[in-house]
Amino acid sequence: MSGSLQDPVIEIAYLVAVTLFVLSLKWLSSPATARRGVQAGEVGMLIAILATLLYRGIVSYEWVLIGLVVGALIGIPLGLVQMTAVPQRTALSHAFGAFATALVGTAEFYLRTPNISPFIMSALSIEIILGALTFTASLMAAGKLQEVLPQRPITYKGQNFVNLGILVLAILVAIYLVNHPGATWLFPFLIAIPMVFGVLLIVPIGGADMPTVISLLNSYAGLSAAAMGFVLRSKLLIVAGALDGSSGFILSVIMSRAMNRSFTNVLFGAFGQVQETNGKQATGTVRSATPEEAAAILEAANSVMIVPGYGMAVAQAQHKVRELYDALTKRGIDVKFAIHPVAGRMPGHMNVLLAEADVPYDRLIEMDDANSDFPQVDVALVIGANDVTNPAARHDQSSPIFGMPILEVDKARTVMVIKRGMSPGFAGIENELYYLDKTLMIFGDAKSVVGSLVREITGGHEH
Amino acid sequence: MTSEMLSNLYVLVLAAFLGFEVIKRVSPLLHTPLMSLTNALDAIAVVGAIVIVGEQKSTLSTVLGTLAVIAATSNVVGGFLITDRMLRMFKASPRGGGSK
Repeated sequence: MSGSLQDPVIEIAYLVAVTLFVLSLKWLSSPATARRGVQAGEVGMLIAILATLLYRGIVSYEWVLIGLVVGALIGIPLGLVQMTAVPQRTALSHAFGAFATALVGTAEFYLRTPNISPFIMSALSIEIILGALTFTASLMAAGKLQEVLPQRPITYKGQNFVNLGILVLAILVAIYLVNHPGATWLFPFLIAIPMVFGVLLIVPIGGADMPTVISLLNSYAGLSAAAMGFVLRSKLLIVAGALDGSSGFILSVIMSRAMNRSFTNVLFGAFGQVQETNGKQATGTVRSATPEEAAAILEAANSVMIVPGYGMAVAQAQHKVRELYDALTKRGIDVKFAIHPVAGRMPGHMNVLLAEADVPYDRLIEMDDANSDFPQVDVALVIGANDVTNPAARHDQSSPIFGMPILEVDKARTVMVIKRGMSPGFAGIENELYYLDKTLMIFGDAKSVVGSLVREITGGHEH
Repeated sequence: MTSEMLSNLYVLVLAAFLGFEVIKRVSPLLHTPLMSLTNALDAIAVVGAIVIVGEQKSTLSTVLGTLAVIAATSNVVGGFLITDRMLRMFKASPRGGGSK
């Protein structure tokens, strides 16, 4: 294609679209203006697409319209999935975005070879490598989240060397193509090698690493689109790609900090190392309570902090949790929710589930604020969270999660943990929280336990 | 390197910094909608695909371009739709949102 479309009307429309995109993200900063942000994004997108359709170089609209209609028909069900399926939907949409940029890059290569300047071929290579690896990696991540692929991390000796070697190979192919852009026989390798790399990148990833991985893939998809902007000489694409890339980057840094992983650890995607040492074995007696006993303690409390985790999502317990929130609030008890940044399977996962269940968002508290509240809290109620509450992260240097910021539920006066059994969490670590004198375990499925708590509290009140 | 390439690099660097400044202000409460919204905006790649399909320079480019239009459009439609659905669910406490 002719690169920049050389039509002032189109260029100005793109400038308006870019402005709206930036405003869209700016308005997203607060729940009060966030929906306006979405509308700004929609209008910007519509303007950009309509302006592109005016481009005089378009000789036929047939396939363009077919593509737009089919895409919309696929997009609608993907926009209507259940909130519990949002993590896998997000991974799938990263795959689609990366697929699109990789395809456009491939088409551009074959249209232009062998007359491609080193600068453009470099950008094209970055676009293809990031696009192809993000495509397969995101499909793998979506498969693991949807549980069609085994969720357990698969690791072997020398895994990082194998992965790094494959990535280096892809970069060598790219360097050769930059110098010999007519080498069409080599080009398929520029697509295939990163695709293999993408699969291998996700093989060692387990569920708890997913928030970081999804953020990183988000960033890669954005950078791929920005590189495409250089190839197509489109500032619109460069800006949109840079915004997406920096968003994913910020989220992966936040997620990695919340898991006490280093910055380089994130950049090179070295996730999911199997922990050989499990730290000190926690010992002591476990005290368990029935829902009746637990309800009595909750009723006597002035303040309750609920700590939700992935277990709440798995048990689909968020609506029952809202009923518990209502029942306790009605009795004048101050109820808040402490949200750990990596609770769940993607950034913000718990907030969306609780919002879906109509819990007011001002009751959802970030980790630092929650930790300053815990010493004054009467009851901390842990529902389906494990490693993010383990006090060993603070003091046990032999523990694999040592140094990870946690929700300090053990500082509350009483701790209640709803859990299926005594099995350790994702990281395979015993949680010493369960052996504290102030901790009561309520064994059972999160949804049915919370349901019985609600019945005890409302029933006891009415009769 | 032409001056256009250089100005595009300027745009990239400035947009990345702008992105950092704007996005770091987004409350962790909204990190999931943030990701689905940026994903929809990133699907602006659809404009590049539309041009490739419309120009019909080769069968290969038309086929690849059409697939790219489909993939990107599904992200545009699905991304905006789910972001709006999520944001509609975020409600403040009744009566000013204070604690009791």
